[in-house]
Amino acid sequence: MSAAAQENAVKTGRVYRVLIYLVLLLFALFYLLPLFVMLTNSVKPLDEITGGNMLALPQKWTIEPWFKAWSTAQIGVEPTGLRPYFINSLLMVVPAVAITTVLGALNGYVLTKWRFRGDTILFGLMLFSCFIPFQIVLIPMAAVLGKLGLAGSIPGLILVHVVYGVGFSTLYYRNYYAAFPTELVRAAMIDGAGFFRIFWRILLPVSGPITVVSVIWLFTNIWNDFLFGSSFGGTSQPVTVALNNLVQSSQGVKEYNVHFAAAIFAALPTLLVYIVAGRYFVRGLMAGSVKG
Amino acid sequence: MTDQDLKSRLQNWIPKLVLSPSLALTLVFVYGFILFTVYLSFTNSRMLPNTDFVGFANYERLWGLRAWWVAIKNLAVFSSLYIVICIGIGLMLAIFLDQKIRGEGMLRPIYLYPMALSFIVTGTAWKWFLDPGIGLENTMHMWGWESFEFRWIKDRNYAIYTVVLAAVWQTSGFVMAMFLAGLRGIDNEILKAAQIDGASNWNLYRRIVIPLLRPAFLSAFVILSHLAVKSYDLVIALTGGGPGRATELPATFMYSYTFTRNQMGTGAASAVIMLMTIAAIMTPYLYSELKEKR
Repeated sequence: MSAAAQENAVKTGRVYRVLIYLVLLLFALFYLLPLFVMLTNSVKPLDEITGGNMLALPQKWTIEPWFKAWSTAQIGVEPTGLRPYFINSLLMVVPAVAITTVLGALNGYVLTKWRFRGDTILFGLMLFSCFIPFQIVLIPMAAVLGKLGLAGSIPGLILVHVVYGVGFSTLYYRNYYAAFPTELVRAAMIDGAGFFRIFWRILLPVSGPITVVSVIWLFTNIWNDFLFGSSFGGTSQPVTVALNNLVQSSQGVKEYNVHFAAAIFAALPTLLVYIVAGRYFVRGLMAGSVKG
Repeated sequence: MTDQDLKSRLQNWIPKLVLSPSLALTLVFVYGFILFTVYLSFTNSRMLPNTDFVGFANYERLWGLRAWWVAIKNLAVFSSLYIVICIGIGLMLAIFLDQKIRGEGMLRPIYLYPMALSFIVTGTAWKWFLDPGIGLENTMHMWGWESFEFRWIKDRNYAIYTVVLAAVWQTSGFVMAMFLAGLRGIDNEILKAAQIDGASNWNLYRRIVIPLLRPAFLSAFVILSHLAVKSYDLVIALTGGGPGRATELPATFMYSYTFTRNQMGTGAASAVIMLMTIAAIMTPYLYSELKEKR
C-alpha cells in the first residue's frame, strides 16, 4: 500500500492523540500478559510460584521445568514428557498439510480454468463443510475409522484433517487462480498443452504466495486441533491433548512451572510460523473469512 | 474414432476426475455423516448406534433437560457478549491504529499473535491467571491490596464471563485486522470532501466510515458467531465446563452425552441443533458471496 493511500484525512488533536496511544498500549499489555506470565513462570522454581507473585521476574532462574516438560513429566500414566506427543503432532501435521494443499491447488485450478455446469454448487458444498460444527460428524467418524482399522492412529488423524481441511485450501487456490488471466490458459490449450502440463508450466510457477497462505493456515489449524485429537487420537495423541492431560491431571503436586513450559512447547511451532510469516497468516485468516 | 478424438475426450474428463477425490471425500465424510447423525438422532442409540426408530423423542428429551437449557443459555450469553465485545474492541483498535500511529508495525503483530495459539494453550494460560490462589488475586494481595477479590472462575454465576474474556483475548486482534483492511480500502477523497463540508471527526466516522465498513461487519459477525457455536477446546481447558455445569456449552454437552454418558441419540440430536444454528447463519452468507462472484 502506498504512502499516499495510507494518508488519513482525519486530523486529531494533541490530547486525543495521547489518549489514543494510551489505549493502544494498554491493549498491547493485555495481549502480551498471558505470554509474559507463561514465560517468566516457566523459568521459576515451584516454590517461587506458589509462594510468590505471578507477575514478578524469577529470583532464581532455572531451565529445569523445560527439561521436565519435554522429557520426564507425567502425562496420563507414563512419565514421557511432551516429546512423543510433539512428534505425533509433527508426523500428523506434515503429511496432512501436504496432501490438503496439493488437492486444494488442483481443485482450485479445475474450478477456475476448467469450469463446467454446476461447478459453483460443488464448490459451495465443499466450502460449507469448512464451517460445520464437528460434533455433527464425530459419531460416524469414530465408527468409520474403526471399520477402516485407522482408529487411534496417525494415518487416521491425517485422513480426518485432510477431509475437513480441503475445503479451505480449495477456497484459497480458487480465489487466487480466479484472478489469473484465463486467456493465457486458453492460448496454451490451443497450442495443444494438456491439463497437467498447463498446471505445471503456467499456474504452478505463480502459486508461491497462495501456497504460503494455505500451508500456514492448515498448519496452524491442524497443529492446534484438540477435538479430533482427543476423540480419535487413541495411542497417537497430538501435543494439545497431552498438554491438556498434563495440566488437568489431579495427581500429586501441581507443578505449575512445568505446565507453563509445556504450554510454551505446544505453542512454539505455530508462534514461530507466525513470527516468520505473520503477514501471510493474516492474509490467510482474511481470505478464510471475507471472500467466498 | 480417431486418436485425436479420444485424446480430447480424455482431456474433457481429466478435470472432473481430478476434482472427484475431494468431492467424494466431502460427500461421504461431511454430507453422508451429517445424514447419519440426523438418522441417529431419531433412534434410541445409547453406547453404540442402533436402528430403533423413536421419532422426535430425543429432541423432546433434549429440550426437557436442564443441562441442555444451561448450555443453550450459556451459548446465548457467551456468543452475544463475545461477538459484541470483539467487534467493539476490533473496530476501536482499527480506527485508532489508522491515525498514522508510530509503531503500528510493532502493535499489529502483538494484537494478532493470540490467534496463532491453540485454544488449549490460551485456556490454560488464562486458567492460571484467573486462579485466585496463584493468579491475579494473589498478585494483588502480594502488592498490598489485601481486600482485592477476583474469583469469577470459581463462581457459578460469573464463570461464563471468564470464558468470554479468554475468547475475546484470542480473537479480537483478528477482528481488528479485518476492520483495518476495510478502513484502508476506503477512498480518502470521500473523507476529505466530508471534512471540507465541516463534518466533525465523530460525525465523519459515524455517518460515513462506519456505514462503509458494512462488509467487514458482516464478515466479522459471521465468523465470530460460527466460532462461538463451535467453541469447545477453550471451555475444556479453562473451566472443564464447571464449576458444576456453569460453563457447559452445546459442544461440550454433545461430547459428554454421547461419549461419557452413552446417550448417543440425545447427543446426536444436540449436534443436529448446533448444525442448524450454524447453517442458518452461514448458508445465506455463502450463497450471496458465491452469487456475486459470477
